[in-house]
Amino acid sequence: MSNSSLKSTKRTGLFFVLPFFLLFIALLIFPLIYSGYISLYHKGLVGGNKFVGFENYVKMIHDPLWLSSVIRVALYFLLQVPLMLIIATFCALAIDSGKLRFPKFFRIAIFIPYAVPAVIGAIIWSYFYGYNYGFLNTVLGYFHIGKVNFFATQLSSLNSISALVTWEFAGYNMIILYAALKGLSTELYEAAAVDGAGAIKTAIRIKLPQLYPAIFLTLIFSIIGSFQLFTEPLQFQNLAPTTFNDQYSPNVYAYNVAFKGQQLNYAATISFSLGLIIAIVATAATLIGSRKGEKLI
Amino acid sequence: MSSKKFYMTKKSNLLTLIMLILSTYFLIPLIWVITSSTKSVTDLFSTFGLWFGKSFQLWHNLRLVFTSDAGVYKVWLMNSLIYSIVGALGAALLCTMAGYGFSKYKFAGSTAIFRTVLAAVMIPTAALSIPTFIIFSKLGLVNTRWAVILPSLISPLGVYLMKVYSDTSIPNNMIEAARIDGATEFKIFKSISLRMLMPGFVTVLLLSIVGIWNNFFLPLIMLSETNLQPLPVGLFIWYGRAYNGGSGADPEFQVAVIASAGLSLIPLIIVFLFLQRYWENGLSLGAVKE
Repeated sequence: MSNSSLKSTKRTGLFFVLPFFLLFIALLIFPLIYSGYISLYHKGLVGGNKFVGFENYVKMIHDPLWLSSVIRVALYFLLQVPLMLIIATFCALAIDSGKLRFPKFFRIAIFIPYAVPAVIGAIIWSYFYGYNYGFLNTVLGYFHIGKVNFFATQLSSLNSISALVTWEFAGYNMIILYAALKGLSTELYEAAAVDGAGAIKTAIRIKLPQLYPAIFLTLIFSIIGSFQLFTEPLQFQNLAPTTFNDQYSPNVYAYNVAFKGQQLNYAATISFSLGLIIAIVATAATLIGSRKGEKLI
Repeated sequence: MSSKKFYMTKKSNLLTLIMLILSTYFLIPLIWVITSSTKSVTDLFSTFGLWFGKSFQLWHNLRLVFTSDAGVYKVWLMNSLIYSIVGALGAALLCTMAGYGFSKYKFAGSTAIFRTVLAAVMIPTAALSIPTFIIFSKLGLVNTRWAVILPSLISPLGVYLMKVYSDTSIPNNMIEAARIDGATEFKIFKSISLRMLMPGFVTVLLLSIVGIWNNFFLPLIMLSETNLQPLPVGLFIWYGRAYNGGSGADPEFQVAVIASAGLSLIPLIIVFLFLQRYWENGLSLGAVKE
């Protein structure tokens, strides 16, 4: 192959990547840098934008509303994600075990809520959580159990959101894990079966350890998702405005700061920090998770 | 396949029962929205949630959905379709080309660029919505269709999936053979590689359709014009109205909101059921290939 045609091949590679890459720079990298940049400015009533250094960040750290929003999503992450991943792992192992009747039905049934947009999921579940006529309290009434206020405290509101989000995303994670299970080599199962290991033992001793990288991947996706909590609390604000306040999550707070308060620079500060917090938590999880001597991501 | 049979002993009734109980959690909300879409407001709050009410007024509710606010539901539905189809087709094409480029060509900085794209999978998109809004408002793109379509064209995860898919599904010697036959690089892509990349393309298309169809934060802040809004934003507004009452409070409106919620689920559920195998293909690539 002549030198010139090799060069043209190299240029072709760039040609395939370039359309994506230009948009990637313009719509992902640039907004990221830009939000960091404008978070260093303050828009005054007169005189336009003024460089203020880290003033917005100092203000943010001393802002109890912001702090409460971060603590809340951290708590929400701890409440929601482990339970969801346990359900997803259990379902994936059950469907893959070969011991389950109608595995196809279960796979679809658990996955289908992922097709429901968050806004619609929140509409449905709001009719479940209603105090006087809500579906859940009606069912509890059949068993002569008193009415429950699902939004009474911050903690119960987080549990209520967790139940909704788990409903929506457990199936998505299950499909990732199930696909990973199908990719595992069956030789080990056969060896285990020869040794007389039952399906439960095979699942726990052989499949689960091999599933570790995939579970870890779902954990990283869940960190990114749960810290960005937005739609559900905004929607439930209609039901319980004092519980689902304007600083329920960092995204809800940034939204209100930007569009109710018109403080775009401060909103950008909150957004940029949220990205930073997510990166730190995800990196920390990767470091902790990688100690087993495996390269995870 | 035969090896699977090997350990497939007896079906377990206990496991099936546990899974049945668990799957009620996933199915009850969907059953509820179907039955409730057929109810009157009175029945909604006085009859059992998982069965039909005394009256069956599905058609009445649907008429309410399509006629309220001068039939704006149709506009929202159309907008959602436009954003999802245009955005997802564009994203899938860009990801396929880029993934193929990273997989089959070495060019200056290709490894560094690919690493950057891979790292960008971690960037939380919702954290970018407000900065993107500020940029778009300066460019005059706010309240245009581009405000929603442009950001949805970028899917780092999709590029990663397509690179892996390209690595495994297109043999390098096939490209070499086509080159020797004198085919240009673009022709090889168009007439050979693209066909082999189709399953991956469909997977990325699906992931993007779901992502765009369900997206709420971005269109909420970008579009204040009702005629440009997609379904989630529209339903959010209707829901707020049904709950708060407010001007022209209409208790009837709750059934319209529920019926429109139920109706809005149909397109995506159809897509899901018909293209289910693509999910597993794509997601297994992401999960297994580390």
